Amino acid sequence: MTMRWFYYAAPQTFYGLAGRLWPWLAALALALTVAGLWVGFALAPADAQQGEGYRIIFMHVPASWMSMVIYLAMAFWSVLGLTFNTRLSGMMTRALAPTGAIFAFLSLWTGALWGKPMWGTWWVWDARLTSELILFFLYLGYIALTSAIDDVRRADRAGALIAIVGAINVPIIYFSVKWWNTLHQGASVSLTRSPSMAQLMLWGMLLMALAMWVYTLAIVCYRVRTLIIERECHTDWVQALPEVAGAKA
Amino acid sequence: MRWESWSDFWFMGGYGLYVWGSMGMTAVLLLVEMAQAHLAHRRALALVRAEQSFENP
Repeated sequence: MTMRWFYYAAPQTFYGLAGRLWPWLAALALALTVAGLWVGFALAPADAQQGEGYRIIFMHVPASWMSMVIYLAMAFWSVLGLTFNTRLSGMMTRALAPTGAIFAFLSLWTGALWGKPMWGTWWVWDARLTSELILFFLYLGYIALTSAIDDVRRADRAGALIAIVGAINVPIIYFSVKWWNTLHQGASVSLTRSPSMAQLMLWGMLLMALAMWVYTLAIVCYRVRTLIIERECHTDWVQALPEVAGAKA
Repeated sequence: MRWESWSDFWFMGGYGLYVWGSMGMTAVLLLVEMAQAHLAHRRALALVRAEQSFENP
């Protein structure tokens, strides 16, 4: 079993695996998005307090969840990379970062557009918003640092440190609404009690969250292949790839 | 279906700017990300080909 994991951790095998997976994941993400938008915008009722304005939730909550999940995934790969020194780990971390940065930005953007009509302000320096902003900067810092160092293995190790140390911010974001008095509301969905929202609203939100999960898996599978090709461009197996040889003839 | 007309749908109960501003930015950024990933992949493949023709012209 252990052998199997390391087998797939070889860039060459993972390139093939990710190449077979991403089209299916992309198709599934599209189907989930259509279903989620249908439930969220055609079936779910208006909110008693916020009217139609609450529908920002279908972008805001999934994007915010993904911004945290992706950072934890980067920290996970970084621990593996520093522990086992596997080449794939650094590439996975780097493939995740742009998508995480986008979701962190979308969390802030959709949050501002939600805050303006409901709170009367685009932004407040409260614990939830500020810690999410820090998460966005951590993503940008990771990307800037890793692209500033030419030696890729050194860049991976430096980036891994940011990813691991910065991960402490994720539980701070998650629990910020409990630990401090924030303008931001508490969690509408938690593992320990039943959700405080209407069934169809909840289903729309969960479908959109699932869509963004699968989208992330698809784009990461796609992007990691680019990184593998770039780093292994001198190897025989990359040179012999049909997509390389095919266009040359 | 809960909407009386398309204009009712776009109006979004007066929250159109906020809801569509959220949706629009999400759609644009994800589409740009996909296009960027695709271009980067093609660039990488071109890099390998350039490498090949340099090594065995």
